[in-house]
Amino acid sequence: MSQKPVSRPLSPHIQIWKWSMSMALSILHRASGIALSVGLVMLVWFLTSAASGEEAYNCFKGFASSWFGQLCLFGWTGAMFFHMCSGTRHLIMDTGRMISVEAADRAGVIIFVVSIALTLGLWGCLKFFY
Amino acid sequence: MSEKWENTPFKGPMARARGLGSAHTGLSHWMGQKITALANIPLVLWAVWSFTSLVKVGASRIDVIDFFAHTHNAVLMILFLTSAFYHVALGLQVVIEDYVHCKVGKPAMLIGIKLAVSALYIASVFSVLKIAL
Repeated sequence: MSQKPVSRPLSPHIQIWKWSMSMALSILHRASGIALSVGLVMLVWFLTSAASGEEAYNCFKGFASSWFGQLCLFGWTGAMFFHMCSGTRHLIMDTGRMISVEAADRAGVIIFVVSIALTLGLWGCLKFFY
Repeated sequence: MSEKWENTPFKGPMARARGLGSAHTGLSHWMGQKITALANIPLVLWAVWSFTSLVKVGASRIDVIDFFAHTHNAVLMILFLTSAFYHVALGLQVVIEDYVHCKVGKPAMLIGIKLAVSALYIASVFSVLKIAL
């Protein structure tokens, strides 16, 4: 088949997009934000149970110290550091800086490395101090 | 306040009367999101460290009450809750506006989010005050 290559712009379509750093950052920023909204409910549970009484608080404590509760906490701290680093990028972009594709690629690597390092650092510190 | 473009044929008087098109309230949403984002940086770091360390040491209810007996801890927690819940309400609103297009579901979810966030916010702030005072 020797068809002339299509030179006119084609309509973008979801299936032929190649994943890029800016796309990954964008959707992960949203996903982590939604996860953190759910995570905030655990903090509300902590506060309301402590205010309610011994029995309610022990119920919360049981969940928080279980392996599943610890896993949730770990995930939420990871989401929090990612959302914070990615959000800082958004605040910088609001000033008109770092808006090129290359800057997004570079920032993305920094965001992933820093947020993973901060998450592991936090849990390392918790283990070290307590 | 009438904008120049509103008088073009693209936006007739009926569209304006029905409230379609820009309501000119986007900036306050955007500013709210950005200001709470800035405030969240120190407040979240403090809240996460306090919360995870209380959980890590297996704090009893008495420990939690002692923690909030310090005025600065109670005040910082209320500041964090205020900034975080405001940020969450604005953020979830945008997510719903972007993805939910159902004529009934969209307003229902937008209202539901506001009510749920308000209820959780009031419950948590009241709890902090009850513990601290």
